[in-house]
Amino acid sequence: MTSAAPATLGRTAVTRSGRRRIPAPLLVTAVGVCALVASPLAYLVIRASEATHDSWSLILRDRTVWLTVRTLGLAAAVTVATVAVAIPLAWLAVRSDLPGRRVWATLFALPLVFPSYVGAFAILAALGPRGMLQRLLEGPFGIARLPDIGGFPGAFLALTLFTYPYVYLVAAAALRSFDPSLEEASRTLGMSRSATFRRVTLPLLRPSVAAGGLLVALYTVHDFGAVSMMRFPTFTHAIFLQYKAAFDRTPAAILSLMLVVVAVGVVLAERRASGRARYYRSGPGAGRPPRPVALGHWRWPAVAFSSSVVMLALVLPVCVLSYWLARGLAAGVPANLTIVAAGGSVLASAAGAVTTLVLALPVAILSARYPGRLASALRGVAYTGYALPGLVVALSLVFLTATYLHPLYQTLPLVAVAYVILFLPQAAEPLRGAVLQLNPRLEEAARVLGHDRLSTLRRVVLPLVSGPAAAALGLVFLTAMKELPATLLLRPTGFETLATRIWTSASAGLYSRAALPALLLLGLSAIPTWFLARRLEATGGPA
Amino acid sequence: MSMGWANPRNVAAVVAMLLFASACGATGGGAEGAGTEGTTGGGDPATLTIYSGRSEEFVAPLFEAFTQETGIPVDVRYGDSAELAATIMEEGENSPADVFFSQDAGTLGAVAAAGLLTPLDGAILERVDPRFRSAEGLWVGTSGRGRVAVYNTELVDPAELPGSILGFADPSWDGRLGLPPTNASFQAHVAAMLIAIGQDETRRFLDGLMENGVRFYADNASTTRAVAAGEIEVGLVNHYYKYEVEAEDGALPIANHYFETGDVGAFINAAGVGILATSPHADEARRFVDYVTGEPGQRFVAEHTWEYPIAAGYGPSVDIPPLSEFRGPDVDLSDLGARLPEALELLAEVGFV
Repeated sequence: MTSAAPATLGRTAVTRSGRRRIPAPLLVTAVGVCALVASPLAYLVIRASEATHDSWSLILRDRTVWLTVRTLGLAAAVTVATVAVAIPLAWLAVRSDLPGRRVWATLFALPLVFPSYVGAFAILAALGPRGMLQRLLEGPFGIARLPDIGGFPGAFLALTLFTYPYVYLVAAAALRSFDPSLEEASRTLGMSRSATFRRVTLPLLRPSVAAGGLLVALYTVHDFGAVSMMRFPTFTHAIFLQYKAAFDRTPAAILSLMLVVVAVGVVLAERRASGRARYYRSGPGAGRPPRPVALGHWRWPAVAFSSSVVMLALVLPVCVLSYWLARGLAAGVPANLTIVAAGGSVLASAAGAVTTLVLALPVAILSARYPGRLASALRGVAYTGYALPGLVVALSLVFLTATYLHPLYQTLPLVAVAYVILFLPQAAEPLRGAVLQLNPRLEEAARVLGHDRLSTLRRVVLPLVSGPAAAALGLVFLTAMKELPATLLLRPTGFETLATRIWTSASAGLYSRAALPALLLLGLSAIPTWFLARRLEATGGPA
Repeated sequence: MSMGWANPRNVAAVVAMLLFASACGATGGGAEGAGTEGTTGGGDPATLTIYSGRSEEFVAPLFEAFTQETGIPVDVRYGDSAELAATIMEEGENSPADVFFSQDAGTLGAVAAAGLLTPLDGAILERVDPRFRSAEGLWVGTSGRGRVAVYNTELVDPAELPGSILGFADPSWDGRLGLPPTNASFQAHVAAMLIAIGQDETRRFLDGLMENGVRFYADNASTTRAVAAGEIEVGLVNHYYKYEVEAEDGALPIANHYFETGDVGAFINAAGVGILATSPHADEARRFVDYVTGEPGQRFVAEHTWEYPIAAGYGPSVDIPPLSEFRGPDVDLSDLGARLPEALELLAEVGFV
């Protein structure tokens, strides 16, 4: 099998360095997608170039350094915590005999659907100094106030609880697609179960976990909702303040460009973490799903761990929202049942998710198959939109379309384009992970058998990556469902989504009116989440 | 290894369908027609595009009544006042907006300073006290939003509340205060303080609050609810939040404390309205401004909100001090925008944001 390489390369040219040349159509589409994603950068450069001495002095000072350190510190802490929570959950959901694991598999993923501002708000309401927990404890224990969870602990907790599903979904998909023969070989060779997990499973998980971790890290960098609720100023917070309080677009643009530099640093760090090893198998493999591992006496600790995560990240916000809803209804506040907004959410998110998936494919193939300077540069560019706060991307699209593409301005296609710019990596990363695990010899074999490039893509690559593609589609869809700033600024006038409805009521201080759209958002998002989770274990079968 | 839905032909078809459907939906929504409708109508009034920073929860009925009474249809685009101001500035001369209806004078001042608003009729401007309109006549106030201290009636003796806001820097208020530092109303108030009492005294006040361990909240509503819950005893918010929160939560142990007339704490900001210089529907826009500053609009403020009607001859809906007594520092609201960057800088230095 290994000796066939030169012959099967066929017409593919080999450069002097031994690296294969990138096919022109792939290169052109990938560059085109990256240009689209980078368009906000062009706007930021225009705005930043208007800088006067004043705006520079506003930025070049200790506080900016301090904000950078805080932002990176929070991103690192949240990333480590999400990985620590998500890998055990993924393993339990996919590989163990955890009681009721099909239900758990969905429950673990669901916290993804809470917008971070809603999640943070719920945590504050429940665990704040005089929140719901305190009221429960006051009677029996006489506790008059709980410690303040604002600041770093609150931001860390909220972001960890509502972003770990990114790592969970990616890691679970990877765990499911492993060839069990590798682990079985390790066990046969006398390694203990834990040693096998440490020395075989974890290294195999590395690229997926690095990809999931990157999504979490950059989500933390661009998040505004949780950090503003929890009052932990970060870089994004500073950018928002410039726009919202000072109406000064120049410092905001300079800060945003600096944020992009930070994000590129994070992407480079991930490149190191994911390593350069090959992750595909060269033989035919076992071609069957792994057998679930019996938890034995670990069963109940595992259930306890799973329950406590689900309690904090899912049950607690649902209880808070239900409480607000019930209280509002009791006080005669009219319910805020918005079927039209629900339809708007699904339409915009589906259009955004499908477009993002299609546009992510060339970037994923290029960066997985043709590693090199160009590929990593393009991949870095593809991430810039994801690292930028939604408001910045939205205002850049306002400027670019209102000025140059007026018919597109304030239309649904523009909202979909904004989602592509904001969420491309959420589709590109799972796809890239899938392509990395795909043996290139399969494609080469198809080419030898007379398929052209497109037909190989269609008949060999796409079917093999359909699982991760579903995950990618689901991730983008779920994230788009909760997106607010870009939707609010770019939507057609009068077009509503559940996120905009939540904002309308919450920004007016009417939490009970915000509760029903938030619960609807959760309920609607649960359906694709359930399908995503089902796919994870569908072929696992009964033990 | 079934291809299932991932078949690329299906995917392409779905994409095409969705894009087509959304394009249709968008055109149907009337987002594109704003510039052309004026010329097509045979006597029918054009649709007025209004960017509203005022919440749909409160003002939607006002727009409906306007359309009913005047026959002028409106497309209302709701958003955050400051974000809409930034949007209008990015749109520049291509803005589809005819009217900007904002929560606060600062955002109107910023759009006016960018040269994007057109002067209003003198007769309309005359309806309100000069302190609630732009000196150049570029925007006019529609309702008043006063700054107060909301306090917990079970924890605070009203007699100990200071007549001046500066009294809250006193150590006797240690551990008892809260406010929303990122809220636009609070920041506008700090900008007003900079104008009225200067940077040194404003900084001394903010430092004093900091030393008193002032607690920070996300917005006015959560500050007010924290006062009601006894998490803090006093919150610095706008006067109408007590009523809004009670409308939703039922009666709460909270009351508003109004600072002395003339005190820098008794600052009152205005929500207001301006007409875009690029608007092709100037007549319809003028009728809207006339409507909201005239009898119907002011009666709406009086009957459906807890804000101050701003035109002469209308009183607030609840038992609050009359507007004539709610008089703080002598500050031109149009100047607020220019001082906001400085206010923000100061808040950052002191550690509020």
